[in-house]
Amino acid sequence: MSTLQINRDVMARSYRAMRTIRDFEERLHIEFATGEIPGFVHLYCGEEASGVGVCANLTDNDTIASTHRGHGHCIAKGVDVGAMMAEIYGRKSGICGGKGGSMHIADLSRGMLGANGIVGGGPPLICGAALSHKLLKDGGVAVAFYGDGASNEGTTLESLNLASVWHLPAVFVVEDNGYGEATAASYAVAGTQKARAAGFGMEYFECDGTDFFDVYEVAGKAIERARRGEGPSMVHVHLSRWYGHFEGDSMSYRKSEDVAAERRDRDCLVKFRNRTTEAGLFTADELDSVDQAVRDEIELSVRNAKAAPMPEAPDLLSDVYVSY
Amino acid sequence: MSKKSYRQAINEALRQEMRRDPRVVLIGEDVAGGRGGSAGNNESWGGVLGVTKGLYTEFGPDRVLDTPISEASYIGAAAGAAATGLRPVAELMFVDFIGSCLDQVMNQMAKFRYMFGGKARTPLVIRTMYGAGFSAAAQHSQALYPLFTHIPGLKVVVPSSPYEAKGLLIEAIRDDDPVIFFENKVMYDDEEEVPDEMYSIPFGEANLTREGGDVTLIAIGRMVKLANEAADRLKAEGIGCTVIDPRTTSPLDTATILECVAETGRVVIVDESSPRCGMAADLSALIAEEAFADLKAPIRRVMPPHTPVPFASTLESLYVPDVNRIISAVRSVAPQTAERVA
Repeated sequence: MSTLQINRDVMARSYRAMRTIRDFEERLHIEFATGEIPGFVHLYCGEEASGVGVCANLTDNDTIASTHRGHGHCIAKGVDVGAMMAEIYGRKSGICGGKGGSMHIADLSRGMLGANGIVGGGPPLICGAALSHKLLKDGGVAVAFYGDGASNEGTTLESLNLASVWHLPAVFVVEDNGYGEATAASYAVAGTQKARAAGFGMEYFECDGTDFFDVYEVAGKAIERARRGEGPSMVHVHLSRWYGHFEGDSMSYRKSEDVAAERRDRDCLVKFRNRTTEAGLFTADELDSVDQAVRDEIELSVRNAKAAPMPEAPDLLSDVYVSY
Repeated sequence: MSKKSYRQAINEALRQEMRRDPRVVLIGEDVAGGRGGSAGNNESWGGVLGVTKGLYTEFGPDRVLDTPISEASYIGAAAGAAATGLRPVAELMFVDFIGSCLDQVMNQMAKFRYMFGGKARTPLVIRTMYGAGFSAAAQHSQALYPLFTHIPGLKVVVPSSPYEAKGLLIEAIRDDDPVIFFENKVMYDDEEEVPDEMYSIPFGEANLTREGGDVTLIAIGRMVKLANEAADRLKAEGIGCTVIDPRTTSPLDTATILECVAETGRVVIVDESSPRCGMAADLSALIAEEAFADLKAPIRRVMPPHTPVPFASTLESLYVPDVNRIISAVRSVAPQTAERVA
């Protein structure tokens, strides 16, 4: 059981980030169904404590790479929520000017190297970001988030090897939500993540992805290890996704009771609230007021996004190159 | 100024740029060559054909990084490093190996800037060997620059001589976009006068290596050398050829190409890449669309057949365009004697 020896500001910020992710995603679930949001949307509901628990150990000087289920990582890394919402609506005021969309939200000024539409796209990039941190001696650490599905990609396995060979300040966070699209990890992942880490001579940690405190503490060990120059490690986060692979997926491959039980018993926000109020760290009123502030922020972000102008013809041709 | 080989010119460009900018690092398989070996010689190879020899000794293991044989991870790492402050020069030993790492080139580095709304810079160079003529067979001989030219967000350089290689590589390293730099493996020992000092050749500015008013020859990479030789022989029989070396296929100097076509009205394109959807097809479409009224004869393309690159020397020499085929193509479209301007 993790301790509660965490700076109160970190806890408050983390609760707000988790609540923001939850409301952001639940709202997208509703808005997507109206048909107003184009393209694909992959929701992070139920997994909030993972991204937030890891990123609470990081600063803007550290780098993360994300997945196509990336909204949570972006919010956890401090990317502006209003600009994210506008991006998902394809607006010019979006964080990427409406040219990336849900799967390509990035903010390099925040050390957010992008959500990624390619499964296993991020781990090689994180080797490079870690190399930059190492050679530029800026004290930064690079973290690759990837799923149980991406853990089977050659790029991921190659990156585990390269990170070990180069002794990089990198952390590989496997968010194991039990499904790669519609296929269960119990079918698709041979052996174990632990054995895979060992196979590349890498330290292995695991934690409960529905418990913010556990993720924060365990990931913190891996990140501090990397920061001290002790090399890369793997953090295996056990969690569950509450919605389909993408919005519109009815999850016919999964018993509905499974998700209901997850929501009932393993809600990271409920766990955080119970634990911190019982310990007298926050009052229910304090957390309620955060919830209200987040509801207002999300409402405003949707309203602004819907009202914002779309990109126009000249935007089609800009930003392909720095110079050409 | 002294005579330098294509290999030396590339090595010198890398060395001078690494001295100038500490953010420039080399990443690749055996770019030092020998790490961990029982001989204790960390720089046994300096690249599989010795192109990066001496750089490990001068710059050390933090600047010259040998990798596992693991293209997807280290080409991707080069992209990630470029997006976060370094200026990597990654070596993809043979361009044929792109099959192992195309995602990181096509979907990652090439698209960062656009997908991220203009907020990313990915200044990296991928140096890679291409070309037939070495009996290296089907998986080590392809000329895949059209594949990369096809992908928006990449710049593609195909230097045709030692002088060109040095200037274009320096430009590539200083460029803020991802650049794929194609080195023809048959040319490493070619020599010419190359300045000792640093100089750069801008992208998207074609070079006219021969000037003559009858036929325009457009050639890429090593084919420029063959086109020059063809032009010199044709001059003796009274046919004047302008030879255009585009230097970069992306960006492409369309203005110079169209000006030359307007002057001659006759075009032969020499390309070592496969014929379907290749550079010659692309250039033909450009000319047909933009300069149809200038054409006095059909566009001719001198290309390999649509086959994998064969191994046996008899077949390989039939595969790659040669001077005689270029000469025949030029003769087939050249003006009648009385109309020649050369």
